[in-house]
Amino acid sequence: MEQLVYKKPDSIKDDFKISFCPGCDHGTAVKLVAEVLDELGVRENTIGIASVGCSVFSYDFFNVDIVEAPHGRSMAAATGVKRSKPDKVVFTYQGDGDLASIGLAETIHAMTRGEKVTAICINNTTYGMTGGQAGPTTLIGQVTTTTTSGRKAELSGYPLKISEILKEVDGTAYVARVTLDSPAAIMNAKKCIKKAFEAQIKGLGTGFVEILSTCPTNWKMTPQEAHARVRGEMSEVFKPGVYKDKVSEAL
Amino acid sequence: MGRIVLNRDRCKACYLCVDACPKKVLGADNQVNALGYYPVTVSNPEECIGCAMCARVCPDIAIEKVYR
Repeated sequence: MEQLVYKKPDSIKDDFKISFCPGCDHGTAVKLVAEVLDELGVRENTIGIASVGCSVFSYDFFNVDIVEAPHGRSMAAATGVKRSKPDKVVFTYQGDGDLASIGLAETIHAMTRGEKVTAICINNTTYGMTGGQAGPTTLIGQVTTTTTSGRKAELSGYPLKISEILKEVDGTAYVARVTLDSPAAIMNAKKCIKKAFEAQIKGLGTGFVEILSTCPTNWKMTPQEAHARVRGEMSEVFKPGVYKDKVSEAL
Repeated sequence: MGRIVLNRDRCKACYLCVDACPKKVLGADNQVNALGYYPVTVSNPEECIGCAMCARVCPDIAIEKVYR
């Protein structure tokens, strides 16, 4: 008698349309968030905040209510939603150009206030949707459409290490950086996302997961080469790991 | 013995599942799908052990169900 061991998460719409490029880790990240919402049994009670960037079409696939925030202001919108409806599970789904650049002030201040929300940040070291410009997380030497001879520290600074910054913010209860480059890494990422949601459900503070993601189109790589880059030069600068975990301490 | 349910018209031919499969069950189709890609196809169905690695790495949820 064969058993069902895997199925599309219920938190993904039945008529979903994944709008990402072939091999982009965004799709995997969306799927993991949906799986976590299913496992926690909070789908009917969840409000998501979409951002501007490749993640803008969140309402096309997440089977939860979605608010579309202006560029960078997802954490501010999440604050408003959570404070007016404190019994809801609220999460933001943002890219690094949204959370770590234009929305850095909103993000840090919401987390300083310890808002009981979860933020998922997709870090792909570039502005994917607009065509691969340099972002705050672009690595030194990385060639983009606005750093055509590679990013230079003396001209445009160093890549912003968002997890290291947010772990120092007192309001955060869970901060982790994960990758999606192998089945084992994907399973680990799912555990971390689940803890980030538990941080807000248990009322401990903000949960934050930074996902090192690929952008095969703008990196001009195959999905396989892009995963090798995540494992290699990206993981050297952005070290994966759990940076803060008040969730396990609270158990 | 396992079995996957593949929606070939959702596949964008990144072939991450082909690399993830420990039993080399999956391969590329030689017919294009509705999106214009050469999607993944189950080329060795009898080898499938239903580990669901392919479904976990698929960014497009083209592998909708896995049975074991």
